[in-house]
Amino acid sequence: MNSIDNTMTEGNGSQLRFVRRAMVPERARPLAVDVIGAIWRRLFGGVFNTMLTLVSAFILVALVWPTFRFMIWDAVWDGASRVDCLEETLKRPVGACWPFVQAKFGQFIYGFYPEAERWRPNLVFLIGALLLAPLLVPGAPLKRINALLFFVVFPIVSFFLLVGGRFGLVHVETRVWGGLLITLVISFTGIVASMPLGILLALGRRSPLPAVRVVSVAIIEFWRGVPLITVLFFATYMLPFFLPPHWNVDALLRVLIGVTLFSGAYLAEVIRGGLQAIPRGQFEAAAAMGMGYWKVMGLIIMPQALKYVIPGLVNSFIALFKDTTLVLIVSIFDLLGQVRTSFSDPNWATPVTLFTGFAFAGIIYFVISFAMSRYALAMERRLSTDHRAT
Amino acid sequence: MSDTAPRAPKRPRVDPLYDPRVRAAVYQVLLLLLLLWLGYQVAVNVRANLVAQNIATGFGFFGITAGFGINQSLIPYQEADTYGRAFVVGLLNTLLVSAIGIVFATILGFIIGIARLSPNWLVARIAGGYVELIRNLPLLFQIMFWYVAVLSPLPAVRQSIGIGFQPLVQRLADGLAWLNFDLAKAAAGLVQRFAVWIGPPEVFLNNRGLIVPEPYFHSGAGIVCAALLAGIVATIAMRIWARRRLDATGQTFPVFWASIGLVVGLPLAALVVLGFPVGLVQPELRGFNFVGGIRLIPEFVALVLALTTYTAAFIAEVVRAGILSVSRGQTEAAAALGLPRKRVLNLVVVPQAMRVITPPLTNQYLNLTKNSTLAAAIGYPDLFSVFAGSTLNITGQAIEIIAITMAVYLTISLVTSLLMGWYNARIQLAERA
Repeated sequence: MNSIDNTMTEGNGSQLRFVRRAMVPERARPLAVDVIGAIWRRLFGGVFNTMLTLVSAFILVALVWPTFRFMIWDAVWDGASRVDCLEETLKRPVGACWPFVQAKFGQFIYGFYPEAERWRPNLVFLIGALLLAPLLVPGAPLKRINALLFFVVFPIVSFFLLVGGRFGLVHVETRVWGGLLITLVISFTGIVASMPLGILLALGRRSPLPAVRVVSVAIIEFWRGVPLITVLFFATYMLPFFLPPHWNVDALLRVLIGVTLFSGAYLAEVIRGGLQAIPRGQFEAAAAMGMGYWKVMGLIIMPQALKYVIPGLVNSFIALFKDTTLVLIVSIFDLLGQVRTSFSDPNWATPVTLFTGFAFAGIIYFVISFAMSRYALAMERRLSTDHRAT
Repeated sequence: MSDTAPRAPKRPRVDPLYDPRVRAAVYQVLLLLLLLWLGYQVAVNVRANLVAQNIATGFGFFGITAGFGINQSLIPYQEADTYGRAFVVGLLNTLLVSAIGIVFATILGFIIGIARLSPNWLVARIAGGYVELIRNLPLLFQIMFWYVAVLSPLPAVRQSIGIGFQPLVQRLADGLAWLNFDLAKAAAGLVQRFAVWIGPPEVFLNNRGLIVPEPYFHSGAGIVCAALLAGIVATIAMRIWARRRLDATGQTFPVFWASIGLVVGLPLAALVVLGFPVGLVQPELRGFNFVGGIRLIPEFVALVLALTTYTAAFIAEVVRAGILSVSRGQTEAAAALGLPRKRVLNLVVVPQAMRVITPPLTNQYLNLTKNSTLAAAIGYPDLFSVFAGSTLNITGQAIEIIAITMAVYLTISLVTSLLMGWYNARIQLAERA
């Protein structure tokens, strides 16, 4: 077995460090199919490995079993108030208090959006989902129109639907928006608005004009160098000073401006990666056809570069989606903010309320981010094979 | 003919409208003019707004009494101290939380990253599950979770929870006893005895925070520190010497064990000889409070816990990618040369993996530092919440304060990336062009 180690000489005197003197003994033929044996060896081959397995199994059970008991086994599934979720009432250990989530569901999803008008965010969610689904399927037809609808028409329609004040819709102030609605509004607007900015900055950073390059680098490095909270504070407290005194910019809009600037800088770096992956021949061939700068970029380079960086863009979007939670520090109550506010409701104050609220919010955040990251991974795999085939 | 010296080819005459150089100059001048105009507009607006709202300007507030308390401070601080001092307190707190977070996140991240590559299926899966779970939940969610759901509902000081190895072993003993058959009972007895032998825990958790042992330094502590320093210096010298000898003669030297001997052995010897001038005071519950030991406030514990576990998940991915980036051929070639497994790791895999790991690792450290601003959400007095929180609230000088806060983080980021760029250029493989 260890013929290599046996024949190795560590001697200082001889010049030869290694001479094999005997044939390596033949190994036993690997078994064709021995799944159980292979798994067994992987888990229990060797003393150290067995110990590792036992410790991990212990950790796994210690984590999964209480979680299962809390979320399902001991959970309370229906009730009307905190009394139904108390150990004293039920005379048994109590897990998650799901009636609490049920009672607060509207608040978690829409914030304080007036109940009579909640069909509007629902309609927005529905249109968004209907437009997004075919966009995610790689083979679906009419990609161009679909993308145009989703990235240009949909935001405009959503704006009028959610804000109202026109077309016979009641005006709903952004102050009362909240919950998952605001989480999605901020992350979606952030990504759609920061995309053009990111493209411009990425192009600027690779521009042959020194002034353009310096300005782009300065903008990118500045926004990437500061934490998002400082950006949100900048947008909330500092930006109003920069604007003419009579301008009264909505708090949510200010946050959106901050998020867009911040995320634009990050997108610029992602897109720059894609630009760098395009071979020089593409630029030169396009220029030889007599195309100007914008035509080369718009028709030849960007379509290819953006395709390369779809996984990176999705990852930026995940980061942005998770970062929207920070808006609660500037008093805009997104999903996490609403969950936290709901803890102060004395009607539902029980020992399990905190964990229940966090479990609910955690599941939503996890499902959305996890789905997106899997999608990015799948796209990456698909794109890399596409690339190899050509 | 004498004037046949090569002349630069004459540029064709181009209409200035279509001359790329003229166009470039015009575009750049336009851009700069636009920026100047924007800057001018901002300046005008700022002045008008400040006058309208009657807000003071300038950095005079640094010398004014702050008037607010800070619940954790590394340097003496009172309400009567100035904003300038509050700024320093906040900055130190930020650095403290970042440094501790970085150390723990690195350790945890490397363990998990390596565990993800373990041939043991269960270990790899658990590590993978950890990374997926942590990376897909927002950091602020995790900070809130630890602070609001875990640390706040903890019992009062009298019922403090002891943390350590002993309670865990005790749990195991209880679990075995619960199984209720002879062999398990016998095992439970043994484990129980082991738990007693370990002794009570030294770290306590309650709703006022985490109580940890406090180090003490009696006379002679300086000598121990000097021994530690000497050990480190000697290790570096020894490593350089061993490296040179390896390059020159090919002979290896047990660097690892020698380093341990120098860094641990020297101070340990000094400790024993001087009769332990340095050590830990165990916290002890007396009456309503702990005597001895340091109390870490819950905000600090929650922040460090969340930052550590969150960043560790990202570091684990960085480490995994780094190790995977060393191609199999490298390991196989090293094995074919007759290097034992340990040396393959030391001489072939780790140096190449580290080259890939270091830049993104530094990035993660930067992220951790920037993420420590989330302290504002739970009231840990870091630079951001002391300065952009309390100070901004009282003085109202948003422009100066937010600019300073941004400048501090920007400086940290830029300095780190400059150092990183320099380091990268140094370790970069000299490849063929």
